[in-house]
Amino acid sequence: MTLLKLEDVSKFFSNKTVLKKVTFDVKKGEIVSIIGPSGSGKTTLLRLIDLLDYPTSGRIIFDGVDTNGSESLRRSIRMKIGMVFQQPTLFDTNVYNNIAYGLRIRGVDEEEIKERVKNSLNLVGLSGFDKRKAYTLSGGEAQRVAIARVIVYRPELMLLDEPTANLDPYNVTIIEEIISKINRNFNTTIIMATHNMFQAKRLSKKVVFLLDGEVVETGNVDKIFEDPQDRRTKSFIKGEMIY
Amino acid sequence: MGNERLAGWDDIIFGIVKAFQLIFSGNPEVLEITFLSIRVSGLATILGSFIGIPLGATIALKKFPGKSLIISIINTLMGLPPVVVGLALYLLLSSSGPMGFLHILYTPEAMILAQLIMVVPIITGVTLSAVSSIDVKVRETAISLGANGLWETRIILNEARLGIVTSMVVGFGTAISEVGAIMIVGGNLLGYTRALTTAIVLQTSQGAFAEAIALGIILLILAFIVNLFLTLLQIHSKRGVYVSSFFGGISGTFKRR
Repeated sequence: MTLLKLEDVSKFFSNKTVLKKVTFDVKKGEIVSIIGPSGSGKTTLLRLIDLLDYPTSGRIIFDGVDTNGSESLRRSIRMKIGMVFQQPTLFDTNVYNNIAYGLRIRGVDEEEIKERVKNSLNLVGLSGFDKRKAYTLSGGEAQRVAIARVIVYRPELMLLDEPTANLDPYNVTIIEEIISKINRNFNTTIIMATHNMFQAKRLSKKVVFLLDGEVVETGNVDKIFEDPQDRRTKSFIKGEMIY
Repeated sequence: MGNERLAGWDDIIFGIVKAFQLIFSGNPEVLEITFLSIRVSGLATILGSFIGIPLGATIALKKFPGKSLIISIINTLMGLPPVVVGLALYLLLSSSGPMGFLHILYTPEAMILAQLIMVVPIITGVTLSAVSSIDVKVRETAISLGANGLWETRIILNEARLGIVTSMVVGFGTAISEVGAIMIVGGNLLGYTRALTTAIVLQTSQGAFAEAIALGIILLILAFIVNLFLTLLQIHSKRGVYVSSFFGGISGTFKRR
């Protein structure tokens, strides 16, 4: 069953075209990797899906509903989506309040919040970190708290923008395990932007290959990696396209 | 002029010794003047915060035409000359003035009003600057997590809390060290509207340097307490660097008049 459908989504900033008629769909419960070099439009695409920005043209349909509507409609859809930014911004408070923020917005009572924050911290392997000030965390820990802050309200769709960029291999492994666990345990649909082909292969079954704002190729991860149809996909996979 | 006694080193040293005697003996007049200063400036700061903090935050958070102009006006008002405020307020509050019916000229209420006029632009301006300096990513993260306008504002104000407290501290520093405006509208009446700064002016002009120095030391102690409070906040916050930029401003405020 389709959760998200993008139809000819384009985005221009001034005279610059960032996305050109992007079309693909995402089924419930799957992990899709948007793969492409830096500057290919991955972050812009995720921001449009998170309804932080409007496409210049085209439609984004979430669970059968066209998202191009009033702010209250967009907010009600956004409540079902969670995004982890490439450089997570943690609020200047402790870890507990960071993770509890989304739940408080949703009117969850404090007793339940306590329980859910504890479970989320456990999920990301940071049990006992609740009282730590956000600014005392390392990059890897901050990224895990950012993931916990989103997963705590059980979004139907989770967006991850280069979740392991700038992290050491140890933290990369941890984050990848967490992503798999979230998908497995809660059947959360995940769209992950990455420029790391191997990560895409490790985590997802479907990839969308984005280049200069255009979807060059989309489909099964193994198929695309083994038998890319497009010349540009081929050269990216071979590592000829270096950015 | 020839009959006026000028202060020499003896006077200064004697003054300092006597000042400490006055302070530690709990001289009722000194205490009264000190408490009036704290009360007037404290109330002006509290009232100023009720106006300045929401105003500064709103201007920072909202987009509207003429925003740059409004910010420029606030920045200009932050440097309002106190004597001009005093003069304008005097004309408004005098018995023949448009606000003469209030009958508050030469009362502590008039002093509070004068300091309020001085303090509101400062609290507004510093709050505006503190809220504006919050990274746009904080706002986007909040929206992404599902925040509506109210929740978004809450988190931004929380992020800017130290700057907001700083605005109040700077406001209080301005108020308590202000002399020109409260001298004009308060009248410097003993036991009623005589504050630390106006008393220092009077005692100095009368050659009563010990009393003037005593009051000056109290003013400095108050300044020190306020700065200490800010330093402690700075230590307990990651945004220490940010606060330190205001920190110098506060010292400057105390020295300004």
